[in-house]
Amino acid sequence: MIHSALPMIVVGLLFGIGLYGVLARRNAVLVLIGVELMLAAAGLLFVTVGSLTSDAMRAGQVMTIFVITIAAAEIAVALGVILAVFRARGNIDMAQAGERE
Amino acid sequence: MTTYDVLFTIAGAISVASALLAVSTKHLIHSALWLIVSLVALSGCYFVLGAEFVALVQLLVYVGAVVILVLFALMLTRAPIGRSHEHDTPLMQRAAALVVGAATAALLATVLISAFGNDKKRVDGGTTHALATRLFGTWVWPFELLSALLLVALIAALALARLPIGRRDTARGAVK
Repeated sequence: MIHSALPMIVVGLLFGIGLYGVLARRNAVLVLIGVELMLAAAGLLFVTVGSLTSDAMRAGQVMTIFVITIAAAEIAVALGVILAVFRARGNIDMAQAGERE
Repeated sequence: MTTYDVLFTIAGAISVASALLAVSTKHLIHSALWLIVSLVALSGCYFVLGAEFVALVQLLVYVGAVVILVLFALMLTRAPIGRSHEHDTPLMQRAAALVVGAATAALLATVLISAFGNDKKRVDGGTTHALATRLFGTWVWPFELLSALLLVALIAALALARLPIGRRDTARGAVK
């Protein structure tokens, strides 16, 4: 038995922290860390709802596995983009994104 | 308070605290290392919720692969060792981000708690056997689609890494 409010509070906090990381960082890799935290919050919500309600299809856990896989694919491509930008510009500063030298 | 409550509170508190450090520390490498702690604690949360297979996948994929990729990216982009202030955002932006993040956290937690209530619920994570039956029965087509997605991502990352990019003048198309 578990109080269902506890996981919900953790989900809210993790998502808020991830959003803060996305908005307050200028290094592109650190922005990605914020995105990862938001995805982790989404996965925790899936697993929580799957475990605390009657989930005959096990959709909550299966969806979390899918989210983890998609996050792995996303981060591989995102880091490829970041390395390409670094080679082209010499920095990965989000505040200068879109500016011409 | 039940045993589940206590265990989940411990794992969740570690996860939230290290996530907070990951987004606020000035050491770039430490940020990725705190992300490892946060994700390991999160996989502890999954264990408490009875989803042991998801917890192990989280450990293998996130801690084993994703964070290592992030560390590689930090090193390849010449992240400075030690405290660095060259990428600091203005105080105003950080304050605004704090307000937005806190408001989102409060809104999400309130909505989710009012939707699910705060009753004691039985934790039913099911067995790994049942999960495997569902994964390769009901969910087999999305699962196969994911393997195609991984292949596409692999090729895309390879193509991006091999793009012929010079500094600035020669690569206006790529910079635009």
